[in-house]
Amino acid sequence: MNNDVMKKTPMPSQEPDVRNRNFDEVALGYTEEMAIGEAKRCLNCKHKPCVSGCPVNVRIPEFIEQVANGEFEEAYKIITSTNSLPAICGRVCPQENQCEGKCVRGIKGEAVGVGRLERFVADWHKKHVGNKDVTEIESNGIKVAVIGSGPAGLACAGDLVNKGYKVTVLESLHKEGGVLVYGIPQFRLPKDIVAYEIETLAKKGVEFIHNVVVGKSIYIDDLFDEGYKAVFIGTGAGLPMFMNIEGENLVGVYSANEYLTRINLMKAYKDEYDTPIKRNKNVVVVGAGNVAMDAARCAKRMGADVHVVYRRSRAEMPARAEEIEHAEEEGIKFHLLNNPVRILGDENNCVNRIECIKMELGEPDASGRRRPIPIEGSEYIIEADAVIMALGTRLNNLIKRTTPNLELNERGGLLADENGKTSREGVFAGGDAVTGAATVIRAMGAGKKAATAMDEYLRGLGD
Amino acid sequence: MHKIVLKKQLSHDMFWLEFEAPYVAAKAKPGQFIIFRVDEFGERVPLTMAASDKDKGTVTIIFQAVGRSTMLLSQLNEGDYIMDVTGPLGNPTETEGLKNVCVVGGGTGNALAYPVAKGLHDVGIHVDMVSGFKTEELIVLEDEFKEAVDNFYLMTDDGSKGEKGFTTDKLKELIDAGNEYDEVITVGPPIMMKFVCKVTEPYGIKTVASLTAIMIDGTGMCGGCRVTVGGETKYACVDGPEFDGQLVDWDVLIARNAYYTEEEKRDREHVCNLTGGVRHYE
Repeated sequence: MNNDVMKKTPMPSQEPDVRNRNFDEVALGYTEEMAIGEAKRCLNCKHKPCVSGCPVNVRIPEFIEQVANGEFEEAYKIITSTNSLPAICGRVCPQENQCEGKCVRGIKGEAVGVGRLERFVADWHKKHVGNKDVTEIESNGIKVAVIGSGPAGLACAGDLVNKGYKVTVLESLHKEGGVLVYGIPQFRLPKDIVAYEIETLAKKGVEFIHNVVVGKSIYIDDLFDEGYKAVFIGTGAGLPMFMNIEGENLVGVYSANEYLTRINLMKAYKDEYDTPIKRNKNVVVVGAGNVAMDAARCAKRMGADVHVVYRRSRAEMPARAEEIEHAEEEGIKFHLLNNPVRILGDENNCVNRIECIKMELGEPDASGRRRPIPIEGSEYIIEADAVIMALGTRLNNLIKRTTPNLELNERGGLLADENGKTSREGVFAGGDAVTGAATVIRAMGAGKKAATAMDEYLRGLGD
Repeated sequence: MHKIVLKKQLSHDMFWLEFEAPYVAAKAKPGQFIIFRVDEFGERVPLTMAASDKDKGTVTIIFQAVGRSTMLLSQLNEGDYIMDVTGPLGNPTETEGLKNVCVVGGGTGNALAYPVAKGLHDVGIHVDMVSGFKTEELIVLEDEFKEAVDNFYLMTDDGSKGEKGFTTDKLKELIDAGNEYDEVITVGPPIMMKFVCKVTEPYGIKTVASLTAIMIDGTGMCGGCRVTVGGETKYACVDGPEFDGQLVDWDVLIARNAYYTEEEKRDREHVCNLTGGVRHYE
C-alpha cells in the first residue's frame, strides 16, 4: 500500500497554452503503472464510505483492489455490474462531492483518484477487449420505449436490454447521446466514447430511432397503441434560462445551450461543417457551473478573450473543481462577486458591451449559500462582442402538452416517485426531466432505478 | 434517411420537393415546420411545410435555394435521400372562429402562404390572397393560388405581371374598399411583414405573422430563435412560428436573422467549386 503518498497521482494533461487552442481531450489518462500506483493508495476501508457517495453504488474498493493487482478486466466487470457508462462517469462526475468527497485518505491528504481509476479501467477495456464480442441479448419480446438518449435514457435502456426487454430509444436530435453530445465538449468527453457506448447498446439489441420528437412527431399514447408496454421519459431539462435584463435579446447574446450545441453537436469549430459560428474577440460568460466552464473554454478555443462573470464567490461556484482549475490555467479571467445589470448594443442591435455591478456576500439564503448583495454605485463596463448566458435550464414541456394526466411537481419537472413512477400507468421518468438540471451520474442513477421499477411493473402485468 | 419522391422546379431558384417522412406526415398540420439536415456536414435548417400526405407518409416543402443548405438541397433529385428530417414542429395555424381572412405573401413567403391560404379555404373560410413578387420571372404557384382561394391579387414591384406595386398597397386598397377581414395573415420577408402590420394597425385588424428565425433544435433547447413579442421573450420554435405581428419587435428580429450573413456568403460561394454537391458520409 502506498500509505505514505498524500497526493493523488497527477493526471497527464495537455499543456494549458497548447490545449486552449485545440479541441482534443485535455486529460490524457493514467498509464498502467500510474493506475496501479494510485490504486495502492486505497485503504480498502471496511465501511466503504466512498460507495455511499456514489449515486449508482459502484463497488469502489473492490474494483480498485483489482487495479492494484493489475487485473484490469476484473476491475471493469466489477464497475459495470452497477455502472454501464464508466468511461463517461470517470470523466464527468463531480467526484469531489461524491465518492472522493467521502474518501478517508482525503482527511489528511488527497482522496484516492477514484474517477481517474474508473476512467483508466474503462479505457483499458475499450482498448484491449472492446465490444467486438458483444452479441444480441435474447429478447422476451416485451416492447419498452425510452424517450431521450442522454445519460438517464442510456442507463435505463442498458439495464432493460440486459433484463431481456425489447428496447427502442427515441431521440429528438439527429444524433444519440443527449447532453453528452450536444453539451459536454469534445475536450472533456470525446464523442467517440459516447458513440462506442451507444454502439455497444445497439449490439445488445437496443433499437435507436433519431429525429423523433416525442410530444410532436409521436405521442406517449401512440407508443402504447403501437404495443409498447412501458415508457421511460428521460428528456432532460432542456430550456435555457435567461436573466431577464435589458439587452438580453440583442444579437450576439447566446444561451450556453445554443453556443455549445453549435460547437459540439453541429461541429461549427470544424471547417468542413456548415454550421456558422462567430470568431468573437471578447466573450463574457455569465454563470459558474460546469456548463459555464464548458462554454468559456470553448470560446477560448475559438480564439476569444474570455471573461466569466459570477455573482457569488469562488467557494460557491458550482462547477467541478477540476474544470475551474483547467479554465484558469487556460487563461480565462474570472470576475467573481460581479453581476450583469444590462447588455448594451450598437446601431445594428449587436452586443458590444455589458454593464456589471460589484457584489458582496450577506446572510445565507434559502440555498444555504451567502446571498450576494449589489454594492451601490459600483457599476462598470466590460467590452464584449458576445455574451453567453449559462444560468441553468428548466423542463421542456413538449411531452406534457400532449400527454393527458401526466402531472408536474412543484419545481416544474415531471412528478415521479423515487422509483421513477409517474402519475400515468406504465410511464416512468427520471433524470433532469424530474429533478431539474443536475449531473450525468444522478440522471444515470435515476434511469437505473426506473429500469428496475419498470421490470417489476411489467412482471406484474404478466400475472 | 428520407427518399425524395417528387421534385419540381418552380422558377430559377424555387423548388417543390416531396419526400418520405412518415413520422412527420402522421401528425403534420398547416403552419407547422420541419428541420432538415441535408448531409452529415449540413446545418439544421427549419422550413415550413407546404403539404403532407398521411397515407403516403410524405411531406412537401417549397423552398428557395438562397443559402448553402438550400442550394445543396436543390441539387438532390428524385430517388436521392435527405439525411435528416424532424417534425412536425411549432404550432399549427389557428383557424377557429375565422370567417374572412386576407393572406399576404411576399417572395418565397408565398410558398409558405400557399398551404395556409388553401388550408383556410378548405375549411370554408373566405380567403383573399395578395401575392407580391419582385418581377414576373420570380412568380410561383400562380395557378395553384387561383384554384385555392376566393380572390387572388398578383402584384409585382416592376409591374411586369399583375398590378404594379407592393402587397401593402393592395392590402390597404382592399380594406379601404370595405372588405371586413377578421384577420390578416402574412408570410414573407420580415421587412414586408413589419409594413403589413403597420397598414392593418390603424384599422384594428389582428395580424398574424409567420416568423422564420435562426434555430438549431426546434424544440426550445437552444433559445436561438427568441423573438420579443409584446415586450416578452418568446421562442419561435415552440411558442410560434405564428405571432401577433403588431406586437413583434421587428428590428431585433431582422438584425438577428442577419447575424451570420457574412459566414453564409462565404459558405455559399463554396457550394459549387468546393464540393460540387451533397457530401455523403459513412
